[in-house]
Formats: sequence, C-alpha cells, structure tokens
Amino acid sequence: MELNNSKIKIKAKNLNVFYGKKQALFNINLDINQKEVTALIGPSGCGKSTFIRCINRMNDVIDICKVEGSVEIDGAEINEKNVDVVTLREKVGMVFQKPNPFPKSIYDNIAYGPIIHGAAENKDQMDNIVETSLKKAALWDEVKDRLNEPGTSLSGGQQQRLCIARALSVNPEVILMDEPCSALDPIATAKIEELIDDLKKSYTIVIVTHSMAQAVRVSQKTGFFHLGKIIEVDSTEKIFKNPANKMTQDYITGRFG
Amino acid sequence: MTKEQRLKKRYRAEKRFKMYGLISVSLAVIFVLILVQNIFSKGSSAFSRTMIEVEVNYDSSLLELDSPINQNSLKDADFYDLAVESLLKIYPAKDSKEERQILRLFSPDYEFEIKDFLIKNPNKIDQVVPVKITASDDIDQLNKGNFPRDLPEDRRRVSNYQLNIYDNLVEKEKINKKFNNYLFTKGDSRDPELAGIGGSLMGSFFTIIICLVLSFPIAIMASIYLEEFAPKNKITDFIEININNLAAVPSIVYGLLGLGILLSVMEFPRSTPLVAGITLSLMTLPRIIIPCRASLKAVPPSIREAALSVGASKFQTVFHHVVPLAMPGTLSGTIIGLAQALGETAPLILIGMVAFVVDIPSSPVDPSASLPVQVYLWSEQAERGFVEKTSATIMMLLGFLIVMNFIAVYLRQKFEKKWN
Ligand SMILES: Nc1ncnc2c1ncn2[C@@H]1O[C@H](COP(=O)(O)OP(=O)(O)OP(=O)(O)O)[C@@H](O)[C@H]1O
Ligand SMILES: [Mg+2]
Repeated sequence: MELNNSKIKIKAKNLNVFYGKKQALFNINLDINQKEVTALIGPSGCGKSTFIRCINRMNDVIDICKVEGSVEIDGAEINEKNVDVVTLREKVGMVFQKPNPFPKSIYDNIAYGPIIHGAAENKDQMDNIVETSLKKAALWDEVKDRLNEPGTSLSGGQQQRLCIARALSVNPEVILMDEPCSALDPIATAKIEELIDDLKKSYTIVIVTHSMAQAVRVSQKTGFFHLGKIIEVDSTEKIFKNPANKMTQDYITGRFG
Repeated sequence: MTKEQRLKKRYRAEKRFKMYGLISVSLAVIFVLILVQNIFSKGSSAFSRTMIEVEVNYDSSLLELDSPINQNSLKDADFYDLAVESLLKIYPAKDSKEERQILRLFSPDYEFEIKDFLIKNPNKIDQVVPVKITASDDIDQLNKGNFPRDLPEDRRRVSNYQLNIYDNLVEKEKINKKFNNYLFTKGDSRDPELAGIGGSLMGSFFTIIICLVLSFPIAIMASIYLEEFAPKNKITDFIEININNLAAVPSIVYGLLGLGILLSVMEFPRSTPLVAGITLSLMTLPRIIIPCRASLKAVPPSIREAALSVGASKFQTVFHHVVPLAMPGTLSGTIIGLAQALGETAPLILIGMVAFVVDIPSSPVDPSASLPVQVYLWSEQAERGFVEKTSATIMMLLGFLIVMNFIAVYLRQKFEKKWN
C-alpha cells in the first residue's frame, strides 16, 4: 500500500556523517512525507539520533561532527553555508530523549521561543500562544493553575509534554522526536502517542523509537537503520507484516538488537 | 575468608576511616581556635585608649590672639604654652627633667587635642575645664597591664617618678579608658597611640574597587568567549594552558611586573591604590577566569540544545540561558578571587605600598598603605603598642575576608535555590 498521493516534505540524499574519523551514517537516502508520522527504528548506536539531528542541523553544535550530502526541506537545500539555522530550527522543532525544560517557570518555558521570534505583540497574544501550545500538548488542564511554578517541578511525563508544547509554541512545520517516551510510564506514553496522532494532522513528524509496538501504533512509514546504513524503508504496515529484508525481519521479531 | 570475616573487615575499615577524618577535623579546628585566640587576646586591647583628665586653663592671654576670638583665629593660634602650663600642674616637678617626664605621660598630640576642644567649645575661653587627653603609649600599655612594674627602674620605660604620678592620677580617678576611635580615623604614625588603620582601610578599599572594575568584566568576557564561542584548536588550547599557569604564578612576580612596567615605563604614581589595583587585577584575572569557565562548563548541554532547538541563536542561547545559570558560580569565584587580592602583600611591597603614609588617601592616586601591608609594617615595630595594633588590623582583615566569603556563599545559595 504505497501512499503515492502524499507530498515529500524532507528528502535526504547521499547523506554521510562523521564524528572525527569515525563514520556514523553511510549514504542515507530517505524521503519523509508531509503530515505523516515517520518512525525510525534500529539497534542502539545505529545512527538514528545522528540522522534526525541532521534535519535541524543540530549536529553543527558538535565540533567534531561533519555532515556531507544533501537534505532538502520543501525542495530547498539546508546544508548550505548561507542557510540561516535559526530560521531552519524555527521551522523544524525538536523534542529530546530526556526532558530538558529550561529552569524557568512553565509559562516562560513556552514563551521563550515566541519572544525571541517576536511572535506576540502583547501580553494577551502571548498568553494565547502559551495556552494553545499547552492545550495541543495535552498539558493545559494539569498546569493551568500553576503556570508560574518552575518547569522542573513537573513530573517526568509532564516535563516531556512541556517540551513538546515548547516545540509547538514557535509553530513549526516539522517536529523531530528522539525517543520521546523512553523515560515515561505506559499512561504518559499513551497520552503522548495520542498527542502525536493528533498532531500529524498539521505537522510532519519524525519519531525515533525503540518500541516496535509504538512504531506500529503511531507511524505510517518506518525506516530501519543498522550500523549507520538504512536497510529498509516502507509503509509501517509492510515493514511489520512482510519486510523485504531478512535483517529487518530478525530485528522486529526480536532476534537481535 | 568467609563472608562474615569480610563483612567485619569492611566495618573495621569504615570505622578507621571515620576516626582519621575526625582526628584531622579536630586538629584543624584546634589550630584555627589557637590562631583566633592568639589574635584576639593580643588585639582586643587596641580597641580602647587610655585618657588622662587634665584641668586646662584656657587663659586667652597665653594665646597671643591679635584678632577677635572666633573659630578661625583659634585655629591659627599657638596653644603650646597654654597646654604645657596646664599639663605641668597635674603633679609638682622639681626641675626641668621632671617636667619633661610629666609631658611624656601624654601623647605628642596633646597640644592639638587641647586646641580642638576649645574650637569645639569656644565659650570655654578664660575658664578652667577638665579635658581628657590621650596618654602616651607607655602609660597606655601600663594602664592595660602590659608592662610589668616590678622590674628595676633602668629596664623599664616608665620611671619611678612617672609611676608615682600615674598611681596618684589613678587614685584621683583621672585615668580612664575610652573606645579608640583613632584606630579607624587616623593614618599611620610613629606613635602607636596615634596610629590607626584609617589610611590603609581606604587604600585597600580603593585597591579592591579598581581590581574589581578591571578584572571582573574582562574575566567574564574572556571566559564566555573561550568557553562558548572560541573554536577548539591549538591556539585556544595554548591560551587555556597559559591561563592555568598564570593562576599558579607566585604573586610577587606580578609585583615585579607592576614595578617594571607600570612604575618604570609608564611612570604611574608610586605607592598608590591605582597601581596596586592594576597589579592585583593582573594577578586576579586568571584566578577568576578559571572558576567562571568551570561554572559555564557545568551548565548541562541539554539546556543549550533546548534553546537552540526553538530557534535561539548561539548568542541568545549563551546570554539568555547559559550565563544566568552560571552566575552564582561566577560571582562567588569573583569574590573569592578578590578576597585573595585583598590579603595580598608581596606584590604591594614591590610597588612601594610600604611607604610611611600619614595622610588618609582621598583618591586612588594618593599614596597609601593597605591592610596587609600595614600588618607587615607594624609587625616590624618594637613598641608594645604596635603589637596590639598589628593584631587588631589582622582582625579587621579577617573580618573582611569572612564577610566576603559569606557574600559568596549567600549569592551562590540565593541564585541556586530558585529552581532546586
Ligand atoms: N557526540 C558524538 N561524538 C562521537 N561519536 C558520536 C557522538 N554522538 C554519536 N556518536 C556515535 O555515532 C554513532 C551513532 O550514534 P547515535 O546517537 O546516532 O545512535 P542512536 O541510533 O541514536 O542510538 P540510541 O538508540 O542508543 O540512541 C554511535 O556509534 C555513536 O558512538
Ligand atoms: Mg539516540
């Protein structure tokens, strides 16, 4: 079942990434469709995080990291010198594996992005952005009476949803999620999965996960990474029902990894 | 070895370790107590001053005033004859030698103290008024019980005749003690009873302010740049190694630098807080940069990634998130660096802060002493009066250091408490 009608949002072509002399990604070619959830699976250390960090150029921060090849978003190359990373990251939000709220109030956590981009003209508009972002992240009801408490005082699952709300606050087009549920209990996980399902109506989502069940539940397309190479990409249904590659088969059935 | 034996061995090892720890902590505490006790027992008497009450006859005919009596004419007047006449009345003297001994009971400033009293109370002219006059160092120490009286006369600084006068005055309750405000208001002096730390206090104050103003912004900027913006390459590695080495350079070397460049080549004024401040800020810079960089480094990378991922620029990430989080460590590092500078003596000796300065400096370019140098200068004096002054100065210096350290701890806790 090919989703031919969907538009390609992100296109990685011949992507190679090096940490110093060590190569972490080999010749990656991957298309990510618009308004869809794409799941990336694979054993630990295979380069999933490295790959999604290429999409918002977060690897620039690591001195020894060198990226070669091309990543296009809406047909525009992002790996060029003259591309402004700030604009790029405004468009491509990210949620990290470990919740990392700022040590500021819940309100300020959400407001920071809109403030630096000048998204709100007055306090009312800002209040509005904070409220909608928190509502989208299904956190509003839990925190609406304590917006001035520190973000770090929330539980782990709430912190992760706060980080999702923070990513949503700047109104991105793409959201990258690196194992967003790895530190959460099943209930919080279910909430976030529900949320992802909801968000895909308006956002393009790339999610890294170690849970096969989660990939099946939330994604439409799945890519399997192994040792820095992409082994197989296809619709999630195909990958989990009838994978073309023996290695993929072994991995999803838990025979290695 | 059985499991039980291993367990016992482990418990014994833990117990032994705890005991060693307790012993070393108690030793440290004992040494500190001895030090503090020693300084306090020697220094506390410096906070009081012995005064002798004298009936002064403000006889205007002795003042040779040629204009009407007012504050200005009194300021110009010569009070020497009037003062001597009144002082000699406290005890009968049979010759000029004994008269000199009477005058030596008082501090050499008696003439000015008598004059100041009249300037403050001009209506007392032509009256006989009791005035309290600072006693000489010898009488001061005698009164504080620091001079043994039972030595033979030729080994005492106070003659039998003076002792008689002293006992007589004590009997008449003319000798009393008051709080020694001279200790804080006067500059250095050759006479211990007139010497104070007012000058060195101001000198240290100006020095530390200059040191703060020069070293804090430079150190903060340097550490932010090196830690957050500089590329990691051979040049920055080299700079880093050099900063660490500079922090370990003996302070006297900075004194030589100040002497060679600031005084000889640039011809800055000698013995001034300006030169001292610049020299000490050179010394303090690496000592502040190191804790600043450490506290910047301690900010978790996840905070930087969080800021960058919502589209903050590098500059915004650093100044909105990293620097505020590093602030407590940075501030306390700075204060501890300044506290070290405050106690520094060796480099100041080289740039001429050991000069004998009587006047209290009113600006950073006036010659001045500083607290630690004052300790050094007074500790070399023979008079017993300077011993208590030395200890009192050390007490003041320790007091300032303790206050600064408390501020450092307070700032650290205040800013960190917010989120944890
Ligand atoms: N900052 C770094 N410096 C050097 N090597 C790195 C760095 N980050 C990742 N690597 C290396 O790159 C390879 C891919 O790492 P990556 O973090 O992308 O794996 P991953 O698939 O996300 O693994 P996991 O599922 O455990 O998160 C690993 O071999 C890792 O050792
Ligand atoms: Mg990872």
